Amino acid sequence: MNIHEYQAKQIFQKYGVPTPKGIMVESVKDAVKAAQELGGPIWVVKAQIHAGGRGLGGGVKLAKSLEEVEELANEILGMTLVTHQTGPEGKLVQKLYIEDGADIQSEYYLSVVLDRKLEMPLIMASTEGGMNIEDVAENTPEKIVTVPVDPAIGFQGFHGRELAFGLGLTDKVEQGNMIKLAAKLFKLYMDNDAEMIEINPLIKTGKGEFMALDGKMGFDNSALGRHPEIAAMRDLTEEDPDEVEAAKYGLSYVALDGEIGCMVNGAGLAMGTMDTINHMGGTPANFLDVGGSANAETVAKGFEIILKNPKVKAIFVNIFGGIVRCDRIANGIIEATKITDVNVPVIVRLDGTNAPEAAEILKNANIANLIVGDDLGDGAAKAVAAAKGE
Amino acid sequence: MSILVNKDTKVIVQGFTGKEGSFHAEQCLDYGTKIVGGVTPNKGGQTHLGQPVFNTVKEAVATTGATVSMIFVPPAFVGDAVMEAAEAGIELAVIITEGAPVKDMQAAKAHATKHGMMTIGPNCPGIITAEECKIGIMPGMIFKKGNVGLISKSGTLTYEGANQVCNEGFGITTAVGIGGDPIIGLSYKQILPMFEADPDTECIVMIGEIGGDLEIQAAKLIKEQITKPVVAFIAGQTAPKGKTMGHAGAIVSGSAGTAKEKMEALEAAGVTVVVSPAEIGAAVTKAMAKK
Repeated sequence: MNIHEYQAKQIFQKYGVPTPKGIMVESVKDAVKAAQELGGPIWVVKAQIHAGGRGLGGGVKLAKSLEEVEELANEILGMTLVTHQTGPEGKLVQKLYIEDGADIQSEYYLSVVLDRKLEMPLIMASTEGGMNIEDVAENTPEKIVTVPVDPAIGFQGFHGRELAFGLGLTDKVEQGNMIKLAAKLFKLYMDNDAEMIEINPLIKTGKGEFMALDGKMGFDNSALGRHPEIAAMRDLTEEDPDEVEAAKYGLSYVALDGEIGCMVNGAGLAMGTMDTINHMGGTPANFLDVGGSANAETVAKGFEIILKNPKVKAIFVNIFGGIVRCDRIANGIIEATKITDVNVPVIVRLDGTNAPEAAEILKNANIANLIVGDDLGDGAAKAVAAAKGE
Repeated sequence: MSILVNKDTKVIVQGFTGKEGSFHAEQCLDYGTKIVGGVTPNKGGQTHLGQPVFNTVKEAVATTGATVSMIFVPPAFVGDAVMEAAEAGIELAVIITEGAPVKDMQAAKAHATKHGMMTIGPNCPGIITAEECKIGIMPGMIFKKGNVGLISKSGTLTYEGANQVCNEGFGITTAVGIGGDPIIGLSYKQILPMFEADPDTECIVMIGEIGGDLEIQAAKLIKEQITKPVVAFIAGQTAPKGKTMGHAGAIVSGSAGTAKEKMEALEAAGVTVVVSPAEIGAAVTKAMAKK
């Protein structure tokens, strides 16, 4: 789960990570009020959406007067911001963060992520602040310092020294500031089951202090249960409404561009089904994993979500029953055709636990538009043909 | 022969008396797995599914001599359960539970390694040696005995792959579902050499997916150490970037972890890479004919 910059900064402040002063607002009027409260003389007006690249997209701008704050708030609030992370459809800006301008001497990059190879958290830092870190990693990898921290020993002085020297800091006070900051960030990461914390840019002020000018945080969904205060920060308007709706029923859904709706059990088989459709000349309309406890209700819900997409010309139900029993899925399909108006061909391939019973159930139901696939390849081929109107 | 588990393997179940634990333990017993007991705190002394229940793993191991534990406890207790098993002298923990926090697994795996315990999972279907021992939740009837080893991150693709192999007239030595979480126990790197060493395994099916670099590490190892034919499929060629595809670990971050880079690395290592899981069976037939 990701959170907004203004929320990340609240957490930074709690952990003693310095940030400029700022106020989140949802109207132009409040933006001006916030600017007055902060005092100025320079403010930054920042769009709050869950995507990077906001500055380049025109969602972060500097104001030198209250009039300019008003002007910019007017411009950014309600705009559809397109960045390299939002996709071409962009994201509607509903919240702004009005922030004090900062005294920037130099810009750095600092993050904590999980290193899947080392199986421990990794602190990454760079002197190339404000840049896309993936570009830095590709073009000038020598400018990135990486320090893995084994949670069994925790953040030690040497971790901090490796960072400080790696960043070329020679002033002892600045070194100390960096070490303290990294220690706080690591504690924040561990305490809250974070998946990723990124400060880009982290600035050094004229006084040699470090300050988080931006903040990005993601958390492990599996651990949200023990962090109710983090879970409360979830902003559902930032998520795909269909994905949110699907999740309520234990379905894992991701929308894609194609024409063939997919309903599959298991994430791997669901991806494999998409790949097979693609390989056979069709295009998948979605990823949908019905999970291990699929029943009539969840299958019906799955159909409903798939059919909301007007591009869908056929649906391929591909189930290999292990825990999921095929007869339950078959009943679900019949149930779904009663509740939802399924107006496209449905290709059904059911294999594994109770597959013969399921075949019998489907046969006896006599549903128009229903085509049986014998195996994965056969089912996918039939779905591709059906979507093409063949 | 087989790898890791066989008809003599003694297994206990942590989370034995829970709904999931009971259901699947019973299925495993029916399959022939030697489940010799289970652990549920405060139910020690009871009998469940005809087997003794213990309060702690230590007691269970001392009394039954079990070497493997199948873990079904709820997600928040997985870390605790794995560490308990490690200290009690269990040699292999098979973690079925889905949704364990990554931080807990990180600590638990490090602790297991310290105590010399291997782990499989979490969020996996488990391990099965065909017609001998099933430790997990897979439908046992599709795994016929034979000469193909199978390793997969995905549960249902394990079933799909095994089913195709058996429909082609071959069978399975051992199939291992290693799970799709960001931190998992045994992986390709450890299991491929076991199949290489197993005299009954003649061909290996390896199923991977987007995210992380375990398949890339596997490709390197195959090139250096594996002489048996390997057939591979990588799920998620059509997955969009930056989206988690069901499995917490199945995500393409930036340019890393794509299906394409994994497929190319495996091909370069001499592996037969299929573009659709529907082609696994045919590819195995071809590989077996060449031998």
